[in-house]
Amino acid sequence: MPLVVAIPGPLQPYAGGRAMVELRERCDTVGDALEALGEQYPGVRDRVLTEQGDVRQHLNVFVDEDNVRFALGLATPVSPESRVTILPAVSGG
Amino acid sequence: MIKKSANSGVLLLVGTTKGAFVFRSTGARTKWTMSGPYLRGEPVYAMAFDGRAGRQRMWAGTGNPFFGSSLRSSDDLGKTWSEKAEHAIKFPAESGLALKQIWQIRPGPAHRPDVMYCGVEPSALFESQDAGKTWTANAGLLGHEHRPKWTPGGGGQCLHTIVPLGDGRIGIAMSTGGFYRSDDGGKSWRARNVGVRAEFLPDKYPEFGQCVHKVVSHPSRPERMFLQNHWGLYRSDDWGETWHDIANGVPSDFGFAMAIHPHDPDTAYIVPLESDQFRCVPEAKLRVYRTRDAGKSWKALSRGLPQEGAFESVLRDGLDTDASDPAGVYFGTRSGKVFASRDEGATWEMVARSLPSVVCVKAAVMSPATSHATRKMATARRKKASAHRPVRRAR
Repeated sequence: MPLVVAIPGPLQPYAGGRAMVELRERCDTVGDALEALGEQYPGVRDRVLTEQGDVRQHLNVFVDEDNVRFALGLATPVSPESRVTILPAVSGG
Repeated sequence: MIKKSANSGVLLLVGTTKGAFVFRSTGARTKWTMSGPYLRGEPVYAMAFDGRAGRQRMWAGTGNPFFGSSLRSSDDLGKTWSEKAEHAIKFPAESGLALKQIWQIRPGPAHRPDVMYCGVEPSALFESQDAGKTWTANAGLLGHEHRPKWTPGGGGQCLHTIVPLGDGRIGIAMSTGGFYRSDDGGKSWRARNVGVRAEFLPDKYPEFGQCVHKVVSHPSRPERMFLQNHWGLYRSDDWGETWHDIANGVPSDFGFAMAIHPHDPDTAYIVPLESDQFRCVPEAKLRVYRTRDAGKSWKALSRGLPQEGAFESVLRDGLDTDASDPAGVYFGTRSGKVFASRDEGATWEMVARSLPSVVCVKAAVMSPATSHATRKMATARRKKASAHRPVRRAR
């Protein structure tokens, strides 16, 4: 069963219109998963990660139910059964 | 001598914290039609119009708080906008920097119609040699020895002003950092802040570190520049080597916005604010100040502007002139009002009263070709609107 990444609505145009992307590459961490996603969809990568490879300040990335900010960041482990979810944070003005 | 533009209509690009608006008028500038918001919901701190080489291209720098800053363009006056998958403006990985916001978009000189510049936060200059298709960070500024000592102003550590000076000279200004000039096409940069004070530092006249808010110059006399500082109003007549106080008769020398007259290098416009602690116009009277003698004196321009209870402020890119004759002068306020003058500031009319907070106003005189396209689009819009809803008008 491949790892699944849930794409938020505003980023779906950069992912070929997909709400879910299945990754068949081997991914040990959420960073690996985002890198693999970015290879397929560089427009998604640019909007999720900065040039320095950090998750943008007002975005949250979850592995299943856990926000990676409160885990090991991009080093948070994932498994083929994981579901990675990208969501805009509750912020803005 | 600068050629005065044949006025076939004026385009006013208004960037706000919630998107971009475009106002159009005929050459008479008596009636304005609004369209937008474009780039809906995104802060648009930088806009520009590029009418060189037959282009009629609008540019906008958007600052999506979630997904990062993008550079967007429109060749149909806002109807559609480019949407590249990858962000056009990106710092090289080895710089250790990440783009926060695009603060300035500036087409290069007319004789180099494919050159464009962007000023960004963190302070850096990006250059394009192919009319905005690809961009490169200026290496001289990226690796400048002063970089570790530049510190963010209230808006962030931003390069907000680009002043092409001709013959390989270019000036930039940042907050904080001050004014820098390159004489070799951007290869090397030197701070040029002699005479510009830094109220917020123990050394009031350092080599660099000033909080410059805006610098303008006129292409016919590029060695002359006007500078609105975070406290201080200055002029240089020697390419920025030395600066001299010209706050002669203004109610405050604090402010952000500054614009040069399109045809007269002695004429400039500012909107003074009371202080850094109270960033509203003095005495709650909304007044633009104009000098016609290069800063020896300033005159308040208030006819048509609110003179009571006007707790307004105008940001650094919120004031601009068009290239008509007589020149148009335009500004937008943080409270969402846009004012226009078609007689060089003598009288003013409100063009919009309730936009989102205005952070950028740029005026462009349209060529006959653009004007034709505008009429065509307006006709199409009218036809569509008559079937569905009333045409939106600013006033």
